[in-house]
Amino acid sequence: MKKLINDPDAVVSEALEGMEAAHGDVLRIIHDPKVIVRADAPVSGKVGLVSGGGSGHEPMHGGFVGKGMLSAACPGEVFTSPTPDQMFEAAKAVDGGAGVLFIVKNYTGDVLNFEMAADMASAEGIQVESVVTNDDVAVQDSLYTAGRRGVGITVIAEKICGAAAEEGKSLAEVAEICRTVNAQGRSMGMALTPCTTPASGSPSFELGENEMEIGIGIHGEPGRYREPLAPASSIVERLATAIVEDLPYQEGDRVLAMVNGMGGTPLIELYIVYRELDKFLRERGITIERRLVGDYITSLEMAGCSITLLKLDDELTRLWDAPVDTPALRWG
Amino acid sequence: MSDLTITAGDIRAWIADYAGAIAEHRTELVQLDTAIGDGDHGTNMDRGMRAAVEKLEATEGDDIGALLKAVGMALVSKVGGAAGPLYGTLFMQMGAKAAGRSELDLAGWKEALAAGVQGVQARGRAEPGDKTMVDALLPAVQALDGEPGGAEALKRSAEAAREGMLATTPMEARKGRASYLGPRSIGHQDPGATSSHLLLQTAAARLAA
Repeated sequence: MKKLINDPDAVVSEALEGMEAAHGDVLRIIHDPKVIVRADAPVSGKVGLVSGGGSGHEPMHGGFVGKGMLSAACPGEVFTSPTPDQMFEAAKAVDGGAGVLFIVKNYTGDVLNFEMAADMASAEGIQVESVVTNDDVAVQDSLYTAGRRGVGITVIAEKICGAAAEEGKSLAEVAEICRTVNAQGRSMGMALTPCTTPASGSPSFELGENEMEIGIGIHGEPGRYREPLAPASSIVERLATAIVEDLPYQEGDRVLAMVNGMGGTPLIELYIVYRELDKFLRERGITIERRLVGDYITSLEMAGCSITLLKLDDELTRLWDAPVDTPALRWG
Repeated sequence: MSDLTITAGDIRAWIADYAGAIAEHRTELVQLDTAIGDGDHGTNMDRGMRAAVEKLEATEGDDIGALLKAVGMALVSKVGGAAGPLYGTLFMQMGAKAAGRSELDLAGWKEALAAGVQGVQARGRAEPGDKTMVDALLPAVQALDGEPGGAEALKRSAEAAREGMLATTPMEARKGRASYLGPRSIGHQDPGATSSHLLLQTAAARLAA
């Protein structure tokens, strides 16, 4: 294992200290239990937005804390869900009297810990709603799995809900917008290489020189299918077909498209992916109206990409365009 | 078979034993979890059990319920992942059942363990056969019934947990992260069932002595 770290056990806490030093204008850090909080929280009368998950997916979630996006993020150990006391602490830190929305990615650990935290917060008199994202079309949603994983749409939901909360919408309204974004969003990812967590020291799976994994999650877990490596055009066709057919996205639809790097993918390759995706959608009469290209929800140093589409309407587009001021997303 | 008496001191020793067993098997649990999950089970349980032992040392008295509850709280706040809430719930529910008791007989132990396992099932919504810790825990509760009772029942319980753990290998996972692999989860022993077997194995070794 070759990593730019000091101590495998101190990776999360030292990275948080770095964030605090770098972005003190936007956020502050509670160190025990670990929470990244918007600098001006709680904002009176505004719905608090809390998300969280294992570390190793940076910039998600901590990089999205700030005005117009998350009120707080709870970082777990690398690829390990945070604990209920972190989420409870976050809820207390951001509740401005209008309640708190938990945005939870559908992974068993995240769901269970956020459920316990919601119980704790309710007992303390904090109004909490939870929305679970589950946009990954690689996983069958059935009684026989833990259900579809929450992946790329979570980033987009955090931005759009952040804008809605900033406008003063109620907890019920912000939660409803979150559910709409999740319902109209779909994702799928692939990997060229595995990744190595600092604690384990060895790769999460073995992949031959000429192999790729299709349908990966974001925790270094293997994908649904292992296949011979193929050109970018056919990989994109594979991912985009699964996504487009699932919702389905149809001729005339306007979408937000995110081409996301898994952490170890050069941007030049992501633009090739975007080129192929743009062509693929154009041929089907689907218009990319907004886009993100870059590393937003990663899996340490894994090479590979994921594609996320969100079907837009005027309201979602307006909320997407609203100003945002976080370490990783900033405009307006 | 002689009557069984489990004291608060036995419970403290059992938790220390379990922490030791988790530390000893940490690498094995990580390897099992790397195959079908995300490879953090051994690391997380080790961190959690070390915290639980510290918390027990700071908890005075001989109320078994309070001791088990302290273990559960430590696990919930230190483990993370799915194992944190699940093992945390197991110990907290056991603690709720044993509240105010400084000794447990076999019936009291069974009542507590059954409540804990029921809590795990309610929290994780897992059924037998889903390839989870429930596959080791539930048979362990059932095996406490029957003859002979006393210490022999605890040994039967640990053996049932071991068989339940081994039986997870051919199963296709239907809960947790392993379920994302579908049929590719077949042929791997479940890491949660493995750490649950260690729990019952250390219980039999310590509490039946």
